[in-house]
Amino acid sequence: MADLTTDFLGIKSPNPFWLASAPPTDKEYNVRRAFEAGWGGVVWKTLGAEGPPVVNVNGPRYGAIHGADRRLLGLNNIELITDRPLEVNLEEMTRVKKDYPDHALIASIMVPCDEASWKAILPRVAETGCDGIELNFGCPHGMAERGMGSAVGQVPEYIQMVTEWCKKYYDKPVIVKLTPNITDIRNPARAAKAGGADAVSLINTINSITSVNLDRMAPEPMIDGKGTHGGYCGPAVKPIAMNMVAEIARDPQTHGLPISGIGGITTWRDAAEFMALGAGNVQVCTAAMTYGFKVVQEMISGLSQWMDEQGYTSTADFIGMAVPNVTDWQYLNLNHVTKARIDQDACIKCGRCYAACEDTSHQAISMSEDRVFDVKDDECVACNLCVNVCPVEGCITMETLAPGAMDERTGQPVSEDYGNWTTHPNNPSATAAE
Amino acid sequence: MSSKQFEEGIVAGRLDASALDANFSDLHPAYDEHEALVAADRCYFCHDAPCQTACPTSIDIPLFIRQIATGTPEAAARTILEQNILGGMCARVCPTETLCEEVCVREVAEGKPVEIGRLQRFATDTLMAKAAQPFDRADATGKKVAVVGAGPAGLACAHRLAMHGHDVVIFEARSKSGGLNEFGIAAYKSTNDFAQAEVDWLLGIGGIEIRNGMALGDQITLDSLQSDFDAVFLGMGLGAVNALRLEGEDKEGVSPATDFISDLRQVSDLGSQPIGRDVVVIGGGMTAIDAGAQARLLGAQNVTIVYRRGQEAMAASEFEQDLAAQKGVRIIHNAAPIGIEGNGSLTGVRFAYTETKDGKLVTRDDGFSLPADQLFTAIGQSLTGAPEALTIEGGKIQVTEAGATSVAGVWAGGDCASGGDDLTVTAVAEGRDAAENIHATLMGDA
Repeated sequence: MADLTTDFLGIKSPNPFWLASAPPTDKEYNVRRAFEAGWGGVVWKTLGAEGPPVVNVNGPRYGAIHGADRRLLGLNNIELITDRPLEVNLEEMTRVKKDYPDHALIASIMVPCDEASWKAILPRVAETGCDGIELNFGCPHGMAERGMGSAVGQVPEYIQMVTEWCKKYYDKPVIVKLTPNITDIRNPARAAKAGGADAVSLINTINSITSVNLDRMAPEPMIDGKGTHGGYCGPAVKPIAMNMVAEIARDPQTHGLPISGIGGITTWRDAAEFMALGAGNVQVCTAAMTYGFKVVQEMISGLSQWMDEQGYTSTADFIGMAVPNVTDWQYLNLNHVTKARIDQDACIKCGRCYAACEDTSHQAISMSEDRVFDVKDDECVACNLCVNVCPVEGCITMETLAPGAMDERTGQPVSEDYGNWTTHPNNPSATAAE
Repeated sequence: MSSKQFEEGIVAGRLDASALDANFSDLHPAYDEHEALVAADRCYFCHDAPCQTACPTSIDIPLFIRQIATGTPEAAARTILEQNILGGMCARVCPTETLCEEVCVREVAEGKPVEIGRLQRFATDTLMAKAAQPFDRADATGKKVAVVGAGPAGLACAHRLAMHGHDVVIFEARSKSGGLNEFGIAAYKSTNDFAQAEVDWLLGIGGIEIRNGMALGDQITLDSLQSDFDAVFLGMGLGAVNALRLEGEDKEGVSPATDFISDLRQVSDLGSQPIGRDVVVIGGGMTAIDAGAQARLLGAQNVTIVYRRGQEAMAASEFEQDLAAQKGVRIIHNAAPIGIEGNGSLTGVRFAYTETKDGKLVTRDDGFSLPADQLFTAIGQSLTGAPEALTIEGGKIQVTEAGATSVAGVWAGGDCASGGDDLTVTAVAEGRDAAENIHATLMGDA
């Protein structure tokens, strides 16, 4: 069995699976259950400043998008930070950390954007013995209206400023949690790094309306006839999150900055993908909310089995391994030619590939009277749509044409040379190939 | 069509080879990967799942199905085998319709459960095709344990003991190991000699020696085992077949259903296995169903299972009854055999209808006769040759929940022991749990 022990910023945890700051980590009771179930770490639900805690709505807090068979694909929420007194949270964190010294415990914090507020709370958090802090610059609903959360995360200068305060008043690792509700994730990441952040974590939730109640003509979740945008998360956001993680991992200015990956991680494979893109560990919320804490057991066994199969003995062996292969479009090899191939034995003859190709793509699939579907190589541009709409995994695949083979669509043999847009004759600003 | 199809008497080759092949193919064929993923996707990953509670070996079913769904069937197999080392066979023979699948929330909600048994088979088959059994032995303890019977209980017990570092010798009366997995299960439930393959795979852990042809009370005694070993586990099953107690029971053509089922599993060419044209099976359990259904599949023209009580009292599950009916077996309820007909060989069986009076089953004066050239009896089996020192309860060796008998140092499990249904999966659970208790006792933790 592979060793899943993970060292993130010097914080050791039995595995790279942490629970993200969210309702599942709001209380000692939940966190103890989480550790007992096997989670490697927990980012405690965001603490606010001393004084009367925030209040939450008393109507529905979540909205959802379902896939086939009512599988939860996306969840949004309008819950705020912890609505329990600061003292209670700090006491509970202290007790939990004492009982679980080998598990990671991180405090998420969101206080007003002034130095005094941060200076006041940081020593109290430090007293709990927790392993580090995460700055919640991400929540897009409610708190943003009060100048916190994503309102800070959307202004790189604020990110840098607050990070600097935290590094000044707190001596353990500082993780900056980023909001995806921006145009270019690299700017807030650079600001965090400039402020001295030890790591960034992303993504927080995405501004969203999940559905509209057509009887009441109001968005869901609906509170007394009104709704508001909430933070979207779950499997549906994973592609958005992975791109943002990769962008930071490959940006020369932030390359090497540790990343805690968040966004729709539901299985061991999701986690491995985030880590391959540069995340040193991952944080999970929606999967736990959907399936309970026990879901981590599959993540642990799956990641461990995969690492054994690959010969990885430590998570460090594969973290970031896919980063060098994330590139700009202009560097993709335009001489690489593939064609769709349909496995006739696996084909169930549903015809979805045909409809997709005939109606919306390149008319590159033929259909016989007895429902045999074949690829027309002279039309196939290898767009992959047929692969993606086919209900049978592995039935349609892409075959790479060997150099020298004839591409029947272009009438040209496949070149063995690498050639991208920067050198392509159709590119007006092409530079001559070396 | 074979010319022998309608021939009177007990003859071989009623059906041609291709018909026999089709009839005795896998009852629940293996899933391919796509089918497994689609089936796994239906699982809701229930909390404190009813399926897991219903499983006698408490396999974490939601977890292993999720492991299949996420592309790690090997991890799924490990989840299964940690609880049930014979998970491969149980996937094939468990009456899932009365266990895990009966309580699946999707069975309750939609009348269509997640197909847990077939998913379990997919996982265990995948692992067994790829790898040796996945468990390692703990450091040697120097303790020796004798296990009597190489059936599900004995094998499960031996494997768990070996895992804990003990050395195990299994004494098996028959020349082949596997117990009822090898001799007592319908051929279409365990194809391709799976039972033997599973035994070989299980023994891969090491530290287990099987001595065949060693029967308790014959080549070995409890006393000798107790003096030679640190602990003894008895899992020899039930030996004797219950008799009808009717005149003519010794006629040619009358035999225990268990022998027929066993013969079918050992015969290499089904075309050489003789079967009657008109077959009657007496009994209401799984053995009756297995015998009746297989008689039809071999080419018997008329097969009737007769059970003395009503349908609701049948030990065979509804699924099994439907399976027999689907093969063309007729099931008659509330009739008891009262006479065996035939001068010389068997020609028929007389029955009286039964009814319940004052809570007692009684025969009525009216009844019927069924023509028969072959009669299989399947009215249960009894414990024979249990060592005298042991306390017997309800015809079985009395054991505690942990499998301990009334004699210190002796444990028992499986069909020969009290408690639980007589199922493969129950025997595995009892063997496993007894092994844990033996281990704790030997190591001074109990």
